[in-house]
Amino acid sequence: MEASSASSSSSSSSSSSKGFMENVEQPHVLAVDDSIIDRKLIEKLLKNLSCKVTTAENGLRALEFLGLGDHQNSSLEDNVSKVNLVITDYCMPGMTGYELLKKIKESSIMKEVPVVIMSSEYVPNRINKCLEEGAQMFMLKPLRQSDIKKLRCHLMKLERT
Amino acid sequence: MDAVTQWQKQWFDYTQSLRREGFLDDQFAQLKKLQDESSPDFVVEVVSLFFQDSEKLLNNMGRALEQNVVNFKQVDAYVHQFKGSSAWIGALRLKNVCINFRNSCEAQNLEGCLRCLQQVQQESSALKSKLEYLFRLEQQIVAAGGSIPIME
Repeated sequence: MEASSASSSSSSSSSSSKGFMENVEQPHVLAVDDSIIDRKLIEKLLKNLSCKVTTAENGLRALEFLGLGDHQNSSLEDNVSKVNLVITDYCMPGMTGYELLKKIKESSIMKEVPVVIMSSEYVPNRINKCLEEGAQMFMLKPLRQSDIKKLRCHLMKLERT
Repeated sequence: MDAVTQWQKQWFDYTQSLRREGFLDDQFAQLKKLQDESSPDFVVEVVSLFFQDSEKLLNNMGRALEQNVVNFKQVDAYVHQFKGSSAWIGALRLKNVCINFRNSCEAQNLEGCLRCLQQVQQESSALKSKLEYLFRLEQQIVAAGGSIPIME
């Protein structure tokens, strides 16, 4: 089950963000989840649809990879996001997916990059909270190949608006 | 009927019974669909990972429940994780025991939790044996030059 954002983010400027499937041959996705099984499965689902995948086991590692870690300073050259999409679990120890989402949306480099939140539980408050904070979509686990296909279509449509 | 056809029939009957008895639901079929030439052992890898991970989780649950003051929230967190993993491989019965387990955690019912833990261990064990048998059957079919039927 998925819910699409009520207010889509402003159209991406060509200099600072890459499109998710439209302009990019092999979109780079960052998948964040504390469960090793979830990471393995999500990676496979994405790779089956020609995505390049980086996985992170928690929010801190994810931020470090994106260059948004506490000790990191984004240099002038780093004005382009490393990834085309972030997909993250909601329930994670330490930094939750929601907190990670906020950090990403606060960043000037990353704020145009779509963030998808996943959870094994359907909790409307949780979903709305994430959508209001700028999450592109919410997806219920376990994900199927058809869910990733839908995700792709949805994000391609966003690109065109 | 040649050996391969016989084994294929055995495979089909066995998977049907696993579905009927609720050991596996159609998420398992989804899992199988992810396997391809680039990852021919994907299902076996995921299932092995699942049992390795679940052993750790079950030990953690057991230890947490032995404490003088039980941290039910922590136990619940372990069960939540276990339930999530079970769902990915289509382990229906395991998933359902986890639901009961979480209810016991929420009610801070120690006896209920201990009962559920035992059930989870039993169901886990049973599922492991059944899947091992299924994979052995599949190996036999493939070794004899046959192909594994598609699971719907």
